Amino acid sequence: MEHLKKLFGGNLRQFGMLITLVVMVGLFQILTRGRVWTPTNLMNLLNGNSYILVLAIGMVLVIIAGHIDLSVGSVAAFVGIVVAIAMRDWGVPWWAGILLGIVLGAVIGAWQGFWMAYVGIPGFIVTLAGYLFFRGANQFVGKSNTVPVPEAFQVIGAGYLPEWGPDTGMNNSTLLVGVLAVVALAVFQIRGRAKLVRVGAEVPPMWATITRIVLLSLVIVFVTIMYASGRPGTSFPISGLILVALVFLYSFFSQKTPIGRHIYAVGGNRHAAELSGVNSKTVYFLVMVNMSTLAALAGMMFVARSTASGPFDGVGWELDAIAAVFIGGAAVSGGVGTVVGSMVGGLVMAVLNNGLDLMGAGADWKQMIKGLVLLLAVAVDVWNKQQGRPSITGLLLRRRAAQQMVSDIAEPTEETPPVEDVTQKV
Amino acid sequence: MTGADVILEMRDIVKEFPGVKALDGVSLTVRRGEIHAICGENGAGKSTLMKVLSGVHPHGTYSGEIVYEGRTAEFHNIRASEHAGIVIIHQELALIPELSIAENIFLGNEVRGRLGIDWIEAHRLAREVMARVGLTDDDPDTPVKTIGVGKQQLVEIAKAISKNVQLLILDEPTAALNEQDSAQLLDLIRQFRDQGITCIMISHKLNEIAAVADSISIIRDGHSVETIDVQPGVPVDEDRIIRGMVGRELTSRFPDHESHPGEVLLEVRDWTVRHPVVQERLVCDRSSFFIRRGEIVGFAGLMGAGRTELARSLFGRSYGIWESGTMALDGRPIAPKSVAAAIDAGMAYVTEDRKTLGLNLLDTIRTTIVSADLKRIAPGGVIDLNSEFEAAEKYRKELRIKTPTVNEGVVKLSGGNQQKVVVGKWLFTEPELLILDEPTRGIDVGAKYEMYGIIGALADAGKGVMVISSELPELLGICDRIYTVRKGQITGVVDAGATTQEELMRLMTTTATSTAA
Repeated sequence: MEHLKKLFGGNLRQFGMLITLVVMVGLFQILTRGRVWTPTNLMNLLNGNSYILVLAIGMVLVIIAGHIDLSVGSVAAFVGIVVAIAMRDWGVPWWAGILLGIVLGAVIGAWQGFWMAYVGIPGFIVTLAGYLFFRGANQFVGKSNTVPVPEAFQVIGAGYLPEWGPDTGMNNSTLLVGVLAVVALAVFQIRGRAKLVRVGAEVPPMWATITRIVLLSLVIVFVTIMYASGRPGTSFPISGLILVALVFLYSFFSQKTPIGRHIYAVGGNRHAAELSGVNSKTVYFLVMVNMSTLAALAGMMFVARSTASGPFDGVGWELDAIAAVFIGGAAVSGGVGTVVGSMVGGLVMAVLNNGLDLMGAGADWKQMIKGLVLLLAVAVDVWNKQQGRPSITGLLLRRRAAQQMVSDIAEPTEETPPVEDVTQKV
Repeated sequence: MTGADVILEMRDIVKEFPGVKALDGVSLTVRRGEIHAICGENGAGKSTLMKVLSGVHPHGTYSGEIVYEGRTAEFHNIRASEHAGIVIIHQELALIPELSIAENIFLGNEVRGRLGIDWIEAHRLAREVMARVGLTDDDPDTPVKTIGVGKQQLVEIAKAISKNVQLLILDEPTAALNEQDSAQLLDLIRQFRDQGITCIMISHKLNEIAAVADSISIIRDGHSVETIDVQPGVPVDEDRIIRGMVGRELTSRFPDHESHPGEVLLEVRDWTVRHPVVQERLVCDRSSFFIRRGEIVGFAGLMGAGRTELARSLFGRSYGIWESGTMALDGRPIAPKSVAAAIDAGMAYVTEDRKTLGLNLLDTIRTTIVSADLKRIAPGGVIDLNSEFEAAEKYRKELRIKTPTVNEGVVKLSGGNQQKVVVGKWLFTEPELLILDEPTRGIDVGAKYEMYGIIGALADAGKGVMVISSELPELLGICDRIYTVRKGQITGVVDAGATTQEELMRLMTTTATSTAA
């Protein structure tokens, strides 16, 4: 167990969710007699969920900042219909349509951010208003009709990478992406480690770094071959590539830029952040602008996939995105959460959906099971925190660390906040 | 000591938390009708011991024996201990601010009528217990949030009395009170003793303990050190208590330090600020003062005098509504309108309220230290995690923050170490002027001594240091000059070497403006 920790470092809680995900995939693979782990199904899984995951990226930042956004589904639908009409009726080319959608999303975000940050209305209320308003606006603009979008536009939701080069029996673009991913992984891991050594920080042993690179590379290779070996003309989906790019961008943004740190600071303790020179209003504003921009993108990806924009697009998306974020380990009270965690949370929901679909379960069962899974995931988390241990592994590790601490650190209980405080962080 | 006299005996209490033995065989004997003080550094196990006693840590989660009123007590929760007449009043008051005094007193213990709560009877009983704690002028219907901290503390005690308390436990009862309210509270505790209520009091303030305690038990690192019986008329040996608490001789409570004041660093003139809500109230009223480089300047005043308000209004107008007045740093006029601007100008403010205003308790030491100046470790807008680590390590070593690594969460640190992290966070911004608001509140004797050393070193490095403190001996011990503040006005300035607590108290309580020194 300790070796596992060394291998993956950092956050064991997310790791636990990752294991759950893998176990679920395996379970459904058996229950459906092998229909989960096929190229086609994996492509569907990504195409059919990437827009929710894009929403979850924005949502986790909103939730870390201590708010919530209920309007994302309506905003996505509104942007979708406006872009569809712009391309059909005003002769806007597909790329300008995407640009228009992004700008429109940002403007909507600025509108909501203004009420939230500068007027001081709680995000819940502002976005509840947005939820109602933009749903109505979608149906007003589209006259409750379905508006088709051009084929070029459909690429962002249902497109695949091109075929080229020698006939390998697989999709060469996907293979290339896979190879690049492995190289990038190795370079980043080794460079990161070297840097740590340079400043004299604690580093995991070399074997751990190498094993980690090998293991993760194997995973990438495995997934790459899976996606590359679909029927001709298919590959790793474009929507999946957009998602992966966004995950990297936002992980970097949230962890390694001052404004990203400020989101955590404001969510963790707004007053302390303000007295450290953080402008919390700016943070709230930007988080909302970002959320609606991503909602716009998600809306367009969905419209592209379903080839048309309709009056009921985006219904219930906000709740799926919020569920993904909380399953991914974020706290209701703010200050806690990660982009990657939310992705794992979103995938857990997606695989559950997909697996139950393949097993032929009805919508009634799916809803009930998803509800229970959300409750269970958060309950396990809360229970762990009440016990004061992140996991069994964490307990073992802490015991060891604590023994070093006993002599020079004060008894933790007197200074730690009472249990009630901790349990609020779900 | 005969058995009949003893109300409570705790024998060999051992309480373990994962990896930490908080209590390791502590014994405590409390006689009926005495005031029993418990002393110990933060983390010594005082609060844990009281939690064991009051059932917060239920029977079975600790080992050892509790004999209360001659019987072995096995409390499974707070309700059980309260039923037996043991009531604990925590440091952080457990009142609901929106509810009235009467509602708070009977919260969880409502006066039942035939149909729901009998409010008429509740009011009558409330007045009765309020009278016993000296809250005679207040209406039981007054919302608790509108009365001061001192009175809130009394409401807590009234609540305890309404439960027919036999053994009253007070955890740092005067921590948030000013001198006057503290004195009143101590008087009240004496009255209770005379009425036969036994009191256990946890306190850091040795002078208060010396004033009221009949016996004093000292705990260090989860062990009982000794119990001192106070003889009437014989003054308590405070040094003996300190020795017991820290386990070593403290030759002096303040490190030797000689200041070498240089040029004037901060000059404030006619600073006037309005209250953010009650706008006709001036929280700072034409305040003028200056701080030299290398000088430690104290600000003394009763609670609510406007010292924190003054500091925070200077610090980027983070409190109140600025009305008029100027400030200059190094002779250059500045007018920072935001905290960020104040930080850029070279100011730093260490808040009096570490947990709610100073720290994000979810953060690690490492991320906290750099949090007030992320720009400096983010060339090109990308945070360099190595610079972050180096900065955190630097202050861990310089300030001697006790932690296995800088990746530890701040929530796990003791009060003194948390305070060091906050100071480290501000030193990282490389300020010229440091405003320290109650820098030693809630930290133990040893950590205080270290904090004084840090303050001295800052002055030696040519910074200007402004210290706000409610502990007059502390101000007298470390400052060069002391300004006194009353109702938003600076009422005097004295040379710390040539004044007394009495004179400071006089200046803090009178309006007469003396001439500047």
